[in-house]
Amino acid sequence: MITIKVNQQGTGEDAKIELVEEERVTSWPADAAFAVVGKGHPRLEGREKVTGRAQYTCDVRRPRQAYALVLRSPHPHARISRIDTSAAEALPGVHAVLSSANAPEIEWYGDSFLFDTTVRMIGDEVAAVAAESEEIAQDALRLIEVAYEVLPFVTNLDAALAPDAPRVRPDGNLTQEPKVYDRGDAEAGLAGANVTIDATYRTAAALHNSLEPHGCTASWEGEQLTLWNSTQSVFTVRQEVAQALELPEHRVRVIKEHMGGGFGAKQISWKQDVIAALLSREAGRPVQLMLDRQAENLAVGNRPNTRQQVRLGAKRDGTLTAIWADIAQGRGAYLTGGEASNVSGMYQTLYKCPNVHTTEISVYINTGPAVAFRAPGHVEASFALEQAMDELALELEMDPVELRRRNYAETDQVEDKPFTLPDGLRYCYDKVTEEIGWDAYQRPAPVGAKRYGVGFAAHDWAAGSGHPPGYAWIELNSDGTADVVTGTQDIGTGTRTGLAQVAAEELGLPLDQIAFHLGDTGTGPYSPVSSGSATQATIGPAIRAAALDVKAKLLEIASTLLEVPVARLDVRNGVVLVDGDERGGMPVAKVMEQVAPHTLQGQGARGPNPSDKVVRPFGAQFAEVEVDIETGEVTLLRIVSAHDVGRIINPTLVDSQIIGGIIQGTGFALTEERIVDHRLGIVLNPNLEEYKVPTIADVPLITNVHVDVPDTEANSTGAKGVGEPPLIPTAPAIANAVFDAVGIRVRTSPLTRQRVLDHLSEMQSREGA
Amino acid sequence: MSSTSSTASLHVPVTLNINRQQHSMFVEPRRTLLDALRQNLDLTGTKKVCDMGNCGACTVVVDGRAMYACLLLAVDCDGREITTIEGVATGNQLDPLQEAFIEADAFQCGFCTSGQIMSLRALFEQQQDPTDDQIERAVTGILCRCGAYPNIAKAGRLAADRRAAATRAGGGS
Repeated sequence: MITIKVNQQGTGEDAKIELVEEERVTSWPADAAFAVVGKGHPRLEGREKVTGRAQYTCDVRRPRQAYALVLRSPHPHARISRIDTSAAEALPGVHAVLSSANAPEIEWYGDSFLFDTTVRMIGDEVAAVAAESEEIAQDALRLIEVAYEVLPFVTNLDAALAPDAPRVRPDGNLTQEPKVYDRGDAEAGLAGANVTIDATYRTAAALHNSLEPHGCTASWEGEQLTLWNSTQSVFTVRQEVAQALELPEHRVRVIKEHMGGGFGAKQISWKQDVIAALLSREAGRPVQLMLDRQAENLAVGNRPNTRQQVRLGAKRDGTLTAIWADIAQGRGAYLTGGEASNVSGMYQTLYKCPNVHTTEISVYINTGPAVAFRAPGHVEASFALEQAMDELALELEMDPVELRRRNYAETDQVEDKPFTLPDGLRYCYDKVTEEIGWDAYQRPAPVGAKRYGVGFAAHDWAAGSGHPPGYAWIELNSDGTADVVTGTQDIGTGTRTGLAQVAAEELGLPLDQIAFHLGDTGTGPYSPVSSGSATQATIGPAIRAAALDVKAKLLEIASTLLEVPVARLDVRNGVVLVDGDERGGMPVAKVMEQVAPHTLQGQGARGPNPSDKVVRPFGAQFAEVEVDIETGEVTLLRIVSAHDVGRIINPTLVDSQIIGGIIQGTGFALTEERIVDHRLGIVLNPNLEEYKVPTIADVPLITNVHVDVPDTEANSTGAKGVGEPPLIPTAPAIANAVFDAVGIRVRTSPLTRQRVLDHLSEMQSREGA
Repeated sequence: MSSTSSTASLHVPVTLNINRQQHSMFVEPRRTLLDALRQNLDLTGTKKVCDMGNCGACTVVVDGRAMYACLLLAVDCDGREITTIEGVATGNQLDPLQEAFIEADAFQCGFCTSGQIMSLRALFEQQQDPTDDQIERAVTGILCRCGAYPNIAKAGRLAADRRAAATRAGGGS
């Protein structure tokens, strides 16, 4: 179904070979009728998860397995002048100890080492111990003596930019040259505007806090390493670990069956993957190394904090004449791989505007490294841009939704290409305004100290289109059941179920006749990282192609058996039909009985994204809030959302993604903030006690309205991503609602009671003056 | 495993009554009930997330009450009646609460699910016909980072209603 074309430029060693997969699969039509797709089938792994039998990485138990812990730096910046692990090594029950004193020099973070003699953040890896039990490993860590030569540090984003700031790196605190984007002339656009806005916004560093921490179990059989790893990308981990240990890729097998959340932070390999492998080799037994909550929150990723100065210009009728943004983000002490937090992106694409300027710098500070966190960059940008649009609407005395409609972008203005579904965002505007009754909307009247408000925000998302390549195999068994195999992973989103529905639909089999296998580099074909809300849109079409491939073989055999041309045959609900009718047909199981002991196999690849158009998911949300002007408490009453995710493969799973994303968005808006004591460089809340993630008591009523318009040009299934988008507009919608309720503009996230009270008292003193 | 380690002298005997089975073992006095379940008995359905009583993922039922297993020492649980997620189904037959969780899509990654179910189970042991508020309160101490909360409440309601209906039907026979 997929052919691979080789494009070659040049000859010999200088030749550049580019493989282009050409998809010959036509898209399911927009009005296609389905048997399995579009149904809210319960998760395939549900039974395992409700019985406690689902095996997560931390549940792996191998014979003679040891447990490892990591000693981490207590200083934000220091040189290790001496390290003595002898007492730890001598402790009974200790199997292996690693530190800069004995570990191989393995490069990490580009310009550092697995165990470096300079530590640049609290939580940096200093040594590791594998022992009979975690308790013994804990005792051993206490026996390691480390002498630190403490160095100057800086953890504050603004302070790190001062000319005399302590240097996180010898070359200074900028991670790279500023990223500058210009379209038209933003300064001229601002000068020619009737109304302008100029405001600075800040977003806090947020911590992923996946409930299952990062970690792995490493086991060697001779030269073969197996890693059970809590990861969003088994193939990325395989490649990076193989490289670090100088092993060929086929000597490393990475397995991830179930995962307790990732949210972006698990899309690359981290130090503990290699540390566990080295400890295991040294100890001669399997080693499990799971991070504790504190390490999880210090060392393996966060959403970078940002400072964003935004200037908008518009004509009296609301037409945008300029969008201008100056952005700084705190990257932490190291640069990691994976999706970057591109904060500038949304400024360039969400609204139609001829004059756009963005400058973005990324700054080293002595804290844990930033890494992608669900809709990286867009969540941060949205908090600023969508509040600025609200401020602009107010200045213009214009309805905030109307202002956005007047600046509607039907093309990707950076790529200068139309969107595959140019009305996607318009559908979202229509759905949410209708649902909330926007035309006749009335806020509740104040009651005592309670004030009520409503806020709106829109979004686009830079990913969600799928990132090929990605592959799938299907084997049709001799009894008519099928095994579907891919190397992708289910990170908790319901990937197994959504993809199995695509397979069942195209194979014409009931869902319970399909076994779905994923998350194992040893058994499945290459699939990319589960990030960018891309998995369904990447692997769905590959599975569809594989199903078509095997179905063609099945129908050819059925054609011979039934003496009917292939063109008149189809498969539905496990039966080969003739002219759409069961009469004269034959169950798939019967056909396969004739084929046995042979089986039929299909292969599929994901074709390329369209080259002349751009695929994007969109969305819009209203937030309704109650603000207590005495306590500063913001209570969320309701979120109304609509998201263009293309064709909905499974409405139950889509709803769950949207509800879950919105709930994470409420945390980002109201409570979630990594707090650093900048005098000491210490993170004060690397735990679930003082880092406040939403509980069930914080959840508002959520009304999600399906858009469900298949994006038939996006890929052969018409589905786009939904994992990240719902988080993007929630926080600015809430901030705008708070302004609507009490007239304070909180330009710093999260909107804690303290911040709300500070703003309220500032306003009162202004009014009193 | 720990009973065979070279620090065995620090270990003390304990008998844990888990899911109606007696398990005798030697543990270090500092070993939590959570680690005893996960490490000594390979009952890994109970999850370790924060290990300090903040998240509720390790909730088990002890003498009829929902408790955080990370805040209990194994040695203090000698003789107490403990139910974990592994003891909720009867053989292959799921408990109505488990069925309701699947039906209401009350989990995504599933890492908090054991804690949510055990907490509701304790509520159901105490309350014949719990209110929505009681259901919500029962799981207020169990964090779900995927944000399945509305569906968790829905699953609790569904299971409670079915139980009440079954009791009424049973009472009539």
